[in-house]
Amino acid sequence: MSSKEQTIAGLKTGEGGVIVSKLDDLLNWARLSSLWPVGFGLACCAIEFMSTASSAYDLDRFGVIPRNSPRQADVMIVSGTVTFKMADRIKRLYEQMAEPRYVISMGSCSNCGGPYWEHGYHVVKGVDRVIPVDVYVPGCPPRPEALIGGFLKLQEKIRTESVLRPKALEKIMKKNAV
Amino acid sequence: MQFEEIKSLIEQNLPGSVMGEDETSTPKALMIGLDSIHKVCDFLHTHDTTYFDSLSCLTGLDNGEEKDSMEIIYSLYSIPFDLHLMLKVELPRKNPKIDSVSDIWKTADWLERETYDLLGIHFNNHPDLRRILLPSDWEGYPLRKDYVAQEKYHDVVVKWKSENE
Repeated sequence: MSSKEQTIAGLKTGEGGVIVSKLDDLLNWARLSSLWPVGFGLACCAIEFMSTASSAYDLDRFGVIPRNSPRQADVMIVSGTVTFKMADRIKRLYEQMAEPRYVISMGSCSNCGGPYWEHGYHVVKGVDRVIPVDVYVPGCPPRPEALIGGFLKLQEKIRTESVLRPKALEKIMKKNAV
Repeated sequence: MQFEEIKSLIEQNLPGSVMGEDETSTPKALMIGLDSIHKVCDFLHTHDTTYFDSLSCLTGLDNGEEKDSMEIIYSLYSIPFDLHLMLKVELPRKNPKIDSVSDIWKTADWLERETYDLLGIHFNNHPDLRRILLPSDWEGYPLRKDYVAQEKYHDVVVKWKSENE
């Protein structure tokens, strides 16, 4: 049996082989490969989000499975027009999400108020005035490809993070070292 | 039954309630006095030859400061007789109040709440007069001609860019 055949056999049975990796990389790989979003469908963007999740675009292949509870979700997709009445609810649901948590702002309305920027007294001019946003997806509404692009951008961001050494903790340790 | 027949029917039974008519609207509208609108609606709803059993729409209108008036517009429809009729009532712009018709047509409940929400017209004897679209602590009535949106709502700036920037 050649060495190549042995390797493949080992992979199949799980008997052979050891993978060496940094724990950070492993954790990040796990996190970015199973981004569970809590859908916040507020307008027509939600239709595009539903289309993205459908079999035609198959969001499942990125490990993205929509959840109905913010407590089970890693990322919130704000898809649609954020009214002031809804802004309070968005904030509350965002606060119910467990950290680390992310926000994708989908579409012009949620990015900056969209067509309501001037005369829409009832529309928040960007959801980033209420909660912090990680990725902005432009479009009115964005096509499913654009939303998938947003997820890939978020994956890039998560790949560079470290959950083992939070920045805040680093600062405290530096202070105490002096 | 024609528009003129409905008009004379109301004038016979409730004299003094019809203030005029508006031929430009579709369907033609009767201008009704502010104090008699509930009586007229009740009459049109119950009378054997009209039986306006459906209130298709109830909406409000602000004519602006120059004309200094507001209007409530009722779109009525009679399903058994296939009749259309519009009623209009003029109100003063300052402290506008009108009798609710929600005891005649159940659908008027939410329509009147919407009119109250956006124009600030008060409906007497309404069972539950609260804002329906805007948050309950919103300031002002957006469909009034002189409406200016508030600066902030729950510490979030309302305008895209504040005036001071």
